[in-house]
Amino acid sequence: MSTTAPAADGRAAPVLALEGVSKSFGTVRALREVSLSLHAGQAHALAGENGAGKSTLIKILAGVHAPDAGTLTLDGTPVTFSGPADARDAGIAVIYQEPTLFADLSIAENIFMGRQPRRSLGRIDHTAVRSATAALMERLGVDLDPGRVARGLSIADQQLVEIAKALSFDARVLIMDEPTAALTGSETERLFSVVDALRAEGTAVLFISHRLGEIFRLCGHVTTLRDGQLVATEPLDGLTEDDLVRRMVGRDLDELYPKQPTRPGEPALTVRRLTREGVFHDVSFEVRSGEIVALAGLVGAGRSEVAQAVFGIDRPDAGEIRVGGAPLRPGSPTAAVRAGLALVPEDRRQCGLVMAASIERNIGLTGLGKLGRAGLVRRAGERARASDWALKLRLKYDRLTDPVGLLSGGNQQKVVLAKWLATEPTVLVVDEPTRGIDVGTKAEVHRLLSTLAADGLAVLMISSDLPEVLGMADRVLVMHEGRLTAEIPRDEADEERVLAAATGRPHTAGEAA
Amino acid sequence: MSTTLPPRTTAPAPPAPERRSAAELVLRVREFVIGAALAVLILVTWLVNHSFLDDQGVKDLLLNAAILVLLATGQSVVVLTRNIDLSVGSVVGLSAFACGSFVSGTDHGPALVLLLGIALGTCCGLISGALVSFGKVPALVVTLGMLYVIQGVGHAWAHGDQINASDVPDSVLTLGSGSVLGIPYLPLISALVLAATGYFLRTYRSGRQLYAIGSSPEAARLAGIPVRRRTLAAYAFSGAVAGFAGALWLARFGTVVADAANGWELTVVSAVVVGGVAITGGVGTVWGAALGAMLLTTIGSALVVLKVSAFWEQAITGALLLAAIATDRVVRTRSTRALRKRRRD
Repeated sequence: MSTTAPAADGRAAPVLALEGVSKSFGTVRALREVSLSLHAGQAHALAGENGAGKSTLIKILAGVHAPDAGTLTLDGTPVTFSGPADARDAGIAVIYQEPTLFADLSIAENIFMGRQPRRSLGRIDHTAVRSATAALMERLGVDLDPGRVARGLSIADQQLVEIAKALSFDARVLIMDEPTAALTGSETERLFSVVDALRAEGTAVLFISHRLGEIFRLCGHVTTLRDGQLVATEPLDGLTEDDLVRRMVGRDLDELYPKQPTRPGEPALTVRRLTREGVFHDVSFEVRSGEIVALAGLVGAGRSEVAQAVFGIDRPDAGEIRVGGAPLRPGSPTAAVRAGLALVPEDRRQCGLVMAASIERNIGLTGLGKLGRAGLVRRAGERARASDWALKLRLKYDRLTDPVGLLSGGNQQKVVLAKWLATEPTVLVVDEPTRGIDVGTKAEVHRLLSTLAADGLAVLMISSDLPEVLGMADRVLVMHEGRLTAEIPRDEADEERVLAAATGRPHTAGEAA
Repeated sequence: MSTTLPPRTTAPAPPAPERRSAAELVLRVREFVIGAALAVLILVTWLVNHSFLDDQGVKDLLLNAAILVLLATGQSVVVLTRNIDLSVGSVVGLSAFACGSFVSGTDHGPALVLLLGIALGTCCGLISGALVSFGKVPALVVTLGMLYVIQGVGHAWAHGDQINASDVPDSVLTLGSGSVLGIPYLPLISALVLAATGYFLRTYRSGRQLYAIGSSPEAARLAGIPVRRRTLAAYAFSGAVAGFAGALWLARFGTVVADAANGWELTVVSAVVVGGVAITGGVGTVWGAALGAMLLTTIGSALVVLKVSAFWEQAITGALLLAAIATDRVVRTRSTRALRKRRRD
């Protein structure tokens, strides 16, 4: 179906526009002078890699974040949103990537929370709420009971409820962040026909999807972001999917990736047909000692989940894990640590560190058994171990007794690494090792990983940072929607090929899919 | 574009027959379960000793339950938002003593006393609420601190003195002892507050928003709900109810010391949880909480009649609490599983 829009210069004044908007979080500059305009009756795509700044941009439009610089205009008038309620009142509806439902409340209440139809004296008209919800469900072609609670809904159904919520606004601007990630083909088509109908009624649409085909199906124009900066805004007519990918990734590798050549040894970690229902399926791979294997893919492809299953945090439904040839008892992190596995989790603030505790305490956490005598931890041993590792990792700190929360993101990450390296693992799993870290520290972390691998450690690195994947990995595994879709050796790996496998797009160079 | 997810039919199927699992039913009718337990308890006790339900017996049951029901109503509103208010016991004590000092030896009417209690309680609630919502300090710590602060203020003020019933005007005492059509005023007042709160929570947008906040604070923020204002309001309400209860306490007992309701906060929270209000917020009704409060006070009275040592009361309350929480956990996992299945079939 063609959805050609009028030429850019012939368009009417935008409904909603961003001009020169910048936003930083701490030292990380998420957006730099980005402009974007949305027009009535037109669908606009927003493209970019993970971390390009798409979500930040959406949250600014939704009133969740306030921009540091730049203006937001609604119908040509500058506006300031002091919160999500302001944006909603201005007619902006947002479907977030992660459904944000109230698990304990009914579907109808979820959709109309704070906006329920009312009778006299401000009382909620429960019958009207239910029938309006039923009508929305019918419009979306979904068979969900408006009265059932949201708890237990599948991700796809949650996403459909979010879509129904956005529809219920009669929004002038509809923003959709990966709305189709969990939907089946027919659900997606149904959603698109509803969006087409909304567009025909004059709604402006901003659409984000990693499925490039959907962008071409739905949208007239596309804005591409890279590293928080605007690459281009252009009509999709005449563009190919490959053009779009090139705009999203096109950049050079630099000295950020001091990868040392290594000679892979024996398989240190072997994963056979690992499956966790509804999360990932039939995942098989091995990591040899001395090797860095990257696990690439989009957010939600199931990479972190695989790592967690390997480490025993989640119990897989099927499959086998072997460490150094010996089978690993599934579902037990204790067994995993004992077998020589270490996991540096994605979210160091939540899962990796005790922020309020000292550096030495944090580093000592994994060795409580070894450092102990008769069940008590020897402080001297703890301190010796901490200063030892702090030196090895070039940790920048004042005193080892300082709370970890005072350190910069990069140094916090080093503490997490130290904590796990102190267990002397044979297999190190790192999940997004350099997210939110400044460039200098990033290079240090890379050098460290490279040295460790050269010394014989097997490293499994999950990363959404493509240059990092290509710069550091001896082999690249790519996941798409819970399955391993490609395994690419270092010398054959390039950005387009990895991204193609990650988006489930068939690639011209015939690789195994 | 093909997808690797298993295909799933989405065409509107003929409406499936409503199948509700037993677990789900229990979840829905938690109030009935508590009500049934209460009925059985009363029946058994009555069979042992008929005087348990004579005119005076019923009156005692209602009077004993009235103030706890009131406090449980206020507490529920706070717990629904995934918070807790441990300061209510101290507020009751301070309010009772303050109201007593205010009316001692005067001829002020009950209306003024009640207003004073409400105002004092609201102030305490606003302080706790502001610290929790705007100060972002965990509710447990804030209200525990407030518990001691208010208790300390009460002690310092009272200097070991007490309010004597003989100094309290008759018009105020009548509120505590009088009745209409044989039903004492106190339980009537509690029932009114309970009904109004229950109706508000169910029928007004801001009431529903309290549930939303407790269910998922982050989603509530994204949905544009003024989370901090609503939380503050919940605390103000809980405080107001506690202050009100303090004034009623004075009316009922006449003789009052500064730490009158010392330790009640835990009984109130127990009543709320036993009554099916999830300590993690978002689930439950004030009706359930009120039944929970009645169950706990009735157990106390029944043990006396059944000639069981009063020390057992605490053990039984604790066991009930654990049973309630265990039921919640089991029912929740079971019903989640049942709900997952329902769509897949």
